[in-house]
Amino acid sequence: MKFGPWQKRSIPLAWLLLSRQPLRLLVALAGISFAGILMFMQLGFRDGLFDASVTVHRLFDADLVLMSPRSMSSISMSGFPRRRLVQAMAHEDVVGTTPVNWNFLLWRNPETLTTRSILALGFEPSAPLFQDPELEVKAQALTNPGRVLFDELSRNEFGPIPKWFKEGRIVETELAGKRVRVAGLVRLGPSFGADGNLLTSRETFLDLLPSTPPGSIEIGLIRLRPGSDPEKIINSLRASLPSDVKVFTRQGFIDFEKNYWRTSTSIGFIFSLGAAMGFVVGCVIVYQILYSDVSDHLPEYATLLAMGYRLKTLLGVVAREGIFLALMGYVPAYLVGQALYALVRSSTKLPVVMDPSRAMLVFVLILFMCMSSALLAMRRLVDADPAEIF
Amino acid sequence: MSHWFGKGITRKQILHTISLEIAPGEVVLLTGPSGCGKTTLLTLIGALRKVQTGNLWVFGNKVHGSSRKLRQQLRRNIGMIFQGHNLLRCLTAEQNVQMGADLLPGLSYRSRRDKAREWLHEVGLRDQSSQLPQDLSGGQKQRVAIARALAAQPKLLLADEPTAALDSVTGREVVYLLKRLALEQSCSVLMVTHDPRILDVADRVVKMEDGRLLPPFG
Ligand SMILES: Nc1ncnc2c1ncn2[C@@H]1O[C@H](COP(=O)(O)OP(=O)(O)OP(=O)(O)O)[C@@H](O)[C@H]1O
Ligand SMILES: [Mg+2]
Repeated sequence: MKFGPWQKRSIPLAWLLLSRQPLRLLVALAGISFAGILMFMQLGFRDGLFDASVTVHRLFDADLVLMSPRSMSSISMSGFPRRRLVQAMAHEDVVGTTPVNWNFLLWRNPETLTTRSILALGFEPSAPLFQDPELEVKAQALTNPGRVLFDELSRNEFGPIPKWFKEGRIVETELAGKRVRVAGLVRLGPSFGADGNLLTSRETFLDLLPSTPPGSIEIGLIRLRPGSDPEKIINSLRASLPSDVKVFTRQGFIDFEKNYWRTSTSIGFIFSLGAAMGFVVGCVIVYQILYSDVSDHLPEYATLLAMGYRLKTLLGVVAREGIFLALMGYVPAYLVGQALYALVRSSTKLPVVMDPSRAMLVFVLILFMCMSSALLAMRRLVDADPAEIF
Repeated sequence: MSHWFGKGITRKQILHTISLEIAPGEVVLLTGPSGCGKTTLLTLIGALRKVQTGNLWVFGNKVHGSSRKLRQQLRRNIGMIFQGHNLLRCLTAEQNVQMGADLLPGLSYRSRRDKAREWLHEVGLRDQSSQLPQDLSGGQKQRVAIARALAAQPKLLLADEPTAALDSVTGREVVYLLKRLALEQSCSVLMVTHDPRILDVADRVVKMEDGRLLPPFG
């Protein structure tokens, strides 16, 4: 007679060993979940931080970007002559350029009257800045001097600007010591370097920051004829432009910023180390639990060997305990991770999301953690000598 | 068959040229003073130890010089009952018995479970089937152990002082139950005991002293 695997099953020993000791199981699961949550948070912060560093960078309507070689990151931008953009325009495949001023200014919260540094971008309201087509309409309001478009995703510390504006109130406050009026709302999102953003015309920008040399800009956006090869144009621009300016592709511009946070700071290292600590703590806990579980049941394992069960079967029981622990520990870690991500998003507005590859990575780490601990605990099983039980 | 423990100068001979044969369906009792080597002999016959010198056949299989794997397979046909009950604490009485039945090849889960229930019924523990060992009395636990050993349909049952942890009345009951059920299965029994009150269950009583079998009386 042939039986399916369901009829071939035997007593679920691994499951019963775990579930009939609820306290030990609970401790094990708490430990694994804790390790998983720690890994989720650390890796989430790390990735979210790198992603958040380029929230604004991603929005620009540009194929190539010019930047000063002295600019190291979005929080330390240096200027270069605006003329370079005009020179680039001479290239036959360049169809449009936008000069952009980029600096941090002090914004006064109109409710609490405290000040806070906000990222201000200055551009010609008639020139395209972002890929979002809506901006073109909103930008017309910037032609009047002293007007700004406020990023409604900015952190709450800048004041209830979006709420007041939507209520139809006239929102005026002080920016870099001068009076400005909010002429509209945009949706950009805070980045790691900037808690909030606003857009204004270059004219207003220079008025707010008179120390900026008039012909100087921080980034230059270049748009190419559709179908042209950006790599080729980059090379010819690099050859023709002086060395006081660097040329990036759109992706290179984004990577440059991410790379700053990754290499010039120890953020990546710190968060990876945090995740590794979670992993190690989890390993120790699971190993402790499985090892003491095997030790406690050693006479019973020896009895099973004496009854004619194979050592392989018993190793399988320990391995299955490891798998059960991994599965049962991962689910709460995943759920709590989701909840904490939502909390982080709402309180810091950092784009920390449960992306599938990270969910997979943490699962694999937890599985590896449980299985390697089970493997170590199995060594104890070899001590089970059926001759010693009489 | 002979057996030594230890190495070098501390090496000590425990069994001296033992010669013993057990017929199918026979109940043999092994008695003797403490430390004379009864348990050692039992573990050798039960294929739990390597045979050092001499020859040992179990059901016509050579045990001396056999591999670990063959000994493991032989053990499936040998039921063992220990001084302590050695039940799995995390399993119910019925599940413990099924651990024995699970060794039978080619049976579905359901039929193995039914077998476990039958055996539990046979040893008179039908109502305790879902209790954990910690909730059973000593005699009940030993009866579960008997059911577990028999559920694997052994051809030989080895028991090492199965009554040691029980009072004399319960001990007698358990031993008689063991004998009756073993005989129904035509299973041989080799039982070590110090208890003179149960000698009458045996077909044959073998006495042992200092690692040697004493010649039978009469
Ligand atoms: N693993 C071992 N290593 C060394 N010596 C051992 C070992 N096991 C048993 N012995 C020795 O072998 C001798 C026989 O032991 P065994 O357990 O067979 O005696 P026994 O007849 O079963 O005694 P009891 O009636 O007390 O159970 C004893 O002297 C004991 O000290
Ligand atoms: Mg003994």
